[in-house]
Amino acid sequence: MASLWQYANPKKFMQTTSVLLPVVAVLAALTLGTGLIWGFFFTPDDYKQGATVKIIYIHVPAALMAINAWLMMLVTSLVWFVRRHHVSALAARAAAPIGMVMTLIALFTGALWGQPMWGTYWAWDPRLTSFLILLLFYLGYIALWEAIESPDTAADLTSVLCMVGSVFALLSRYAVNFWNQGLHQGASLSMDAEENVADVFYIPLLICIAGFGLLFVALVLARTRTEIRARRLQALIARERMA
Amino acid sequence: MIALFARDMVLAMRAGGGFGLGLAFFLIVTVLVPFGVGPESGVLSVIAPGILWVGALLSCLLSLDRIFALDFEDGSLDLLATAPIPLEGVVAMKAAAHWVTTGLPLVLAAPVLGLLLNLQGAGYGWLVLSLALGTPALSVIGSFGAALTVGLKRGGLLLSLLVLPLYVPTLIFGAETVKRGAAGLAAGTPALMLAGITLASVALLPFAAAAAIRVNLR
Amino acid sequence: MTVTDLACARGGMPVLEGVCFAVRPGTALLLRGPNGIGKTTLLRTLAGLQPALAGAVSAPPESIAYAAHADGLKAVLSVAENLRFWARIFGTSGIEGALAAFDLGDLADRQAQNLSAGQKRRLGLARLLVTGRPIWVLDEPTVSLDAASVALFGAAVRAHLAAGGMALIATHIDLGFTAEVLDVSRFRAAPQRLDDFDEAFA
Repeated sequence: MASLWQYANPKKFMQTTSVLLPVVAVLAALTLGTGLIWGFFFTPDDYKQGATVKIIYIHVPAALMAINAWLMMLVTSLVWFVRRHHVSALAARAAAPIGMVMTLIALFTGALWGQPMWGTYWAWDPRLTSFLILLLFYLGYIALWEAIESPDTAADLTSVLCMVGSVFALLSRYAVNFWNQGLHQGASLSMDAEENVADVFYIPLLICIAGFGLLFVALVLARTRTEIRARRLQALIARERMA
Repeated sequence: MIALFARDMVLAMRAGGGFGLGLAFFLIVTVLVPFGVGPESGVLSVIAPGILWVGALLSCLLSLDRIFALDFEDGSLDLLATAPIPLEGVVAMKAAAHWVTTGLPLVLAAPVLGLLLNLQGAGYGWLVLSLALGTPALSVIGSFGAALTVGLKRGGLLLSLLVLPLYVPTLIFGAETVKRGAAGLAAGTPALMLAGITLASVALLPFAAAAAIRVNLR
Repeated sequence: MTVTDLACARGGMPVLEGVCFAVRPGTALLLRGPNGIGKTTLLRTLAGLQPALAGAVSAPPESIAYAAHADGLKAVLSVAENLRFWARIFGTSGIEGALAAFDLGDLADRQAQNLSAGQKRRLGLARLLVTGRPIWVLDEPTVSLDAASVALFGAAVRAHLAAGGMALIATHIDLGFTAEVLDVSRFRAAPQRLDDFDEAFA
């Protein structure tokens, strides 16, 4: 029977992803291209915000991916911790810089959007602050991976950090809410909210989110493949040295 | 386990730098702030809760890397790991010793420094209470960070990078307690949240830290 | 204590495999082998400080006292305080026997930082006596000991064995008692072998 765990075998993973990666990459390019072109050139300007509203097509998907990347790292860390599948640990390692870049994109596009809307690039708003804290968590996680030489030790320690960090990240989110009520609008995409994004913006935004999601998957797969090859290289060098 | 705690206390007292250093650092940070922001008492009393909490946090950070590093270098950690007491207990005792040598002096000295920063009347009680509730969390979270970096040659900077984001909730609730207390508002909610964070950290983090130490010893 | 088919790794690379031996109460086993063969790795695995790749170590729980290159001494504590600390950690009492066995009685009140390397080593070995554990796992115990101290150590091991204890010692010198010798180099892991994970790449 086919099971998810067979992909934990690096060989199987490499075989499968060598086919899967180009497909996902092309799909990501198509979806993201469609969403962005539609969003940028074929939607009307907002009556209040003018053309600046179009930042939404990058800002919201990037922010979503920034959080999703951390969630993925949490899941893969748990898998490594419980079942010790090396691919899982390497996937977590691969996802971290992508998540960090997504966080940065969300912060920068948010600053660019905030200047015309709120009259300031930065405010210590709960959502903005939470993202800044998330960025710090990414930095610490990546730094720990880089600092430790032995790959298994690094995988163990970073997975513990990821699990503990997730709890504290969540805690920080609520602490920050408590600390300051903010300028940022509430959820713009929930199903039941009264004040939602208008349909004209909604559909291209969903396409952009799907595009960012596919882009994220493609990048993670590519980087995981690189990590696996790097690990293979290390093993070969070590074997050479022993022989 | 009591023996371990007692040994760490003796070491802190004899080796020097254990008790005094964090406290002196706290003092210096607090004294430097008025030079930076100006001597107006109105401004100082507004920022006093935050400065005192950030100062306490930084002075805790200062001695974190010593929690396990010294025992790692001289081989004691190997021997403790093979001793009949659980490693989780070792972590808890070391964190407790760190708190008594670093956190507790801060709690006791804070009111004096609050005076320097023109903290408002009702704030003093809340300041001492919030530090008493919050600094144990700083020690325990810090020993988790120290456990992660114990095997590294230059772990000090990395330790700060790992631990400071984890300190955010404690800092927010701690400073908020003092701020509300000084302004004469009800400060019970953040104080309870702070106590919750401390209790949960003390209960759970020794397990994570012990796991990290086991990984680092292999 | 019996060890069956044990394999252990250093830095992710297997160094020893198929290690089998048994130590009976009252006997000692000396480990020999060139530097870097994996004696320290093997001893750390036996002490439970690192997981074995394969195989099993069967020994009663909490029976192993481990001593390696670092003695775990605190510089600002006196000789007696250092020993008393470990005695309390291991739940035993009385450090006089240990002090006497390694001729540390006169130094009992001296701080560990003022001891010579050989004296520190003797203190580190005296710690074994206060653990009260039956199996001693020792990694190069005689480093920086002079001939008289080596004789003291040999006597301590003989006394321990006579009391029904066991010892597993990685050493290159003659300790003055008869013991089985195990050459570790015959368990050397085949250099061509990669661990399962690396094997799986191609």
